[in-house]
Amino acid sequence: MATSDGRRVRPYLATRGRTRPVQDIAIEALVSTTTNGRDHGADPEPERERILRLCHSPRSVAEVAAIVSTPLGVARVLVADLESENLVRVADPHAAYAGSSEPARNLSVLERVRDGLRRL
Amino acid sequence: MAFVDSEVSGGTAADQDALSVKIVVAGGFGVGKTTFVGAVSEIEPLRTEALMTEASTSVDDLSMLPEKRTTTVAMDFGRITLADDLVLYLFGTPGQNRFWFMWDDITHGAIGAVVLVDTRRLADCFGAIDYVEQRGIPFLVALNAFDGVQEHDVEDVRDALQIGPEVPFVVTDARERESVKVVLVTLVEHAMSLIQQP
Ligand SMILES: Nc1nc2c(ncn2[C@@H]2O[C@H](COP(=O)(O)OP(=O)(O)OP(=O)(O)O)[C@@H](O)[C@H]2O)c(=O)[nH]1
Ligand SMILES: [Mg+2]
Repeated sequence: MATSDGRRVRPYLATRGRTRPVQDIAIEALVSTTTNGRDHGADPEPERERILRLCHSPRSVAEVAAIVSTPLGVARVLVADLESENLVRVADPHAAYAGSSEPARNLSVLERVRDGLRRL
Repeated sequence: MAFVDSEVSGGTAADQDALSVKIVVAGGFGVGKTTFVGAVSEIEPLRTEALMTEASTSVDDLSMLPEKRTTTVAMDFGRITLADDLVLYLFGTPGQNRFWFMWDDITHGAIGAVVLVDTRRLADCFGAIDYVEQRGIPFLVALNAFDGVQEHDVEDVRDALQIGPEVPFVVTDARERESVKVVLVTLVEHAMSLIQQP
């Protein structure tokens, strides 16, 4: 969105209904466009639109930030808002394992990582 | 990844999501972190920036104060798809060690850290080693083979850094894919051993 003098209007202020604090989204959390997001049509906000297209295959929040060229904090806000609108899903490895062991401290996860690296 | 009926997902958690994990590549300025990441990443290393002021201000406040966006801190990262449902990210820490707030983001929930060391500039890794030691992050020390570091240098460096025998030390060439793979496997095995004998 741009004003008549071409300055960008920051679109990051819509913060209703987020399901969690933005800073809690891990940088490696995978973002994927939901069915709703695919059916959403072109979003008027270019960054949101790019994220919805990009995440047809899952991407980390860090990749979203890098590819959409926004600082990490802004990408987190955009992703959190899209999540609250049910347009993307965020698979956060830490949230998913809350209360049980973290993936990074789970032996079977680590075995799979080791074996995957060996096969490369 | 299990492909479930997309009709039922409707944007909720019906799909089986892939799991993403990460390893941190730390070390001083110019020690070869980006080279190391690039040697095994399936994508060209990407660069993400964070705002210096994110440490103290909420993002929403910041977004209304663009004049505060002066200092950015960059980190490079790469991706390795290990299986349909398992993705490993490698995150390089910012070259300037003073940006510790970014390290918290990078290291939170990480499998562990590779601390890259240039033996000609040993002191450059002190900050990284202090950080991972204090937070109990599993780590190993990888001597990057600038100027032909030899295996026999390893114990001298371990002594100089005052790191005990429980921490693996390896020699690597960050430009070589096979060498980087060995370092990563060694780190994962080290992290496994710490779980098995806490
Ligand atoms: N001879 C030799 N050169 C290397 C090696 N690894 C990296 N280099 C070179 O060292 C320079 C710095 O490498 P980078 O990978 O950019 O280092 P970095 O740690 O990411 O640097 P910053 O992000 O600026 O802190 C580059 O010119 C690399 O080509 C190595 O193992 N051997
Ligand atoms: Mg670099």
